[in-house]
Amino acid sequence: MVKPLLEVEDLNISFHGGRGVTHAVRGVSFCIGREKVGIVGESGSGKSQTGRAMLRLTPKGADITAKKLSFDGIDLLAATEPEMRKIRGKRISMILQDPKFSLNPLMRVGQQIVEAYRVHTPSSKAEARDKAMAMLEAVNIRNPQRVFELLPHEVSGGMGQRIMIAMMLILEPDLIIADEPTSALDVTVRRQVLTILDELVTRRGAGLMFISHDLNLVADFCDRVLVMYAGRIVEDIPARDLRHAEHPYTRALLDSLPRLDRPVDMLTVPKRDPAWLTSPTIRRAST
Amino acid sequence: MMPSQILGKDRILEAVGLHVSFGTGALSTVAVDDVSFVIARGEAYGLIGESGCGKSTILRTIAGLVETYDGALLFGNRELPRKRDKDFFRRVQMVFQDPYGSLHPRKMVESVLAEPLAIHRFDNPRKRIDAVLEAVGLGPAFRFRYPHELSGGQRQRVAIARALVIEPEVLLLDEPTSALDVSVQAEILNLLKTLRRERNVTYFMVSHDIAVITHLCDRIAVMAEGRIIEEMTAADVRGGRAREPYTRTFLEASAGYVTAS
Repeated sequence: MVKPLLEVEDLNISFHGGRGVTHAVRGVSFCIGREKVGIVGESGSGKSQTGRAMLRLTPKGADITAKKLSFDGIDLLAATEPEMRKIRGKRISMILQDPKFSLNPLMRVGQQIVEAYRVHTPSSKAEARDKAMAMLEAVNIRNPQRVFELLPHEVSGGMGQRIMIAMMLILEPDLIIADEPTSALDVTVRRQVLTILDELVTRRGAGLMFISHDLNLVADFCDRVLVMYAGRIVEDIPARDLRHAEHPYTRALLDSLPRLDRPVDMLTVPKRDPAWLTSPTIRRAST
Repeated sequence: MMPSQILGKDRILEAVGLHVSFGTGALSTVAVDDVSFVIARGEAYGLIGESGCGKSTILRTIAGLVETYDGALLFGNRELPRKRDKDFFRRVQMVFQDPYGSLHPRKMVESVLAEPLAIHRFDNPRKRIDAVLEAVGLGPAFRFRYPHELSGGQRQRVAIARALVIEPEVLLLDEPTSALDVSVQAEILNLLKTLRRERNVTYFMVSHDIAVITHLCDRIAVMAEGRIIEEMTAADVRGGRAREPYTRTFLEASAGYVTAS
């Protein structure tokens, strides 16, 4: 078997606040190879914190512990801050949910892509500019010369998200963490953005960690899905089997979605079982 | 239900050649272009389309938040004045998309709900507040909570309660569940369905999620570039019976993602 890109074993993240300790992520273990792995769950289930911990972007004051948190042989917990800076963006990059809040509002979008490139790669301005133009074209932006000179408020949500993807992929990272990259977009633009992401990931053989709360989307787009509940992974399942998942929580989430092909009068609301907090992860290997 | 079938029924809301544009001269953009529709009392009418197609503008125009429009809006067979009067707001209320932004952070649930009652001079505010909190599935204990002490789903329930407390006839819903998780979305959709059944409120809902809108609405209008392209019944949407090519593409795009490889 090929060695996985990212190995996580028994990851715990907790926050100390006024009302005691909040255990956001509790004993999470998983591996990601060169594949598309979806992480689904409700808000507060710890999926974003898990993603952020891979880049050590967890807020100050939080405690992270893990038996193992290794990326391509590098221990991410032991790495120094300068070492982490070499990893962030270059080897592991992160696409955030909302381009409105993630791009610098005072800087032309092209310059932001150039900056991302030049931080990690010694290159002339002209070289970086060409590279950024090519990247804008790769994410299906029709008129890169014009878009290069725009400010973030002048681009639409879908274009902003493609610019973010361009910025994150220009350094050809090995692992991409996408935190709800399409939830701010509407269906037609979402499909375009996913196609671009899919092509770039598949062609470059990168790993993708796709955080989302949209089960249908993850079932169709990813190879494997991790279902999180209350800071734990309750089910690890090949994406194509998601609709036949075993865990009652995964089943409940699926049942709570309105569906076009199966009209119901009232939707089922998940009933929470305290046993889910401790029950072992259901793992189903891909066949 | 096609418009011809509505003729005999009690029409509550009607648009005739509605036209909204923003900006002047070369910068002018047409947001809503010659849109007409008829909604019967007690009906749930949905408007769906991509971002920027003008669906929210229509909703905001009905609510009186856009005053410069051409064409006519009729409410109960009478043309609405450009500047809406108080009686209109008593009978038509709006629920906004984002429950994190639409509740005043420094006001307790009780004062959020007491305000519309005071404005419209309702009697028995205490009793009404308790009743409406009960109706949206929050107990009277929630009266003295601030928005930051509520989850997203609870906030949206308060927003719905605020609209319902003055017993309106029409509820304008602007993507009421798009900021919420799937499990909470199911709760809110169930609540909206039950409330409509109990109170015979007319819904005018805007969404970009076809499954959500089909679940709640009887009739769905598909919009693109400021126009209503097609009106369909929920059964037609489920059966994929679209007449226009645009609608067909839109329905396919909503169905899910198909990987390239």
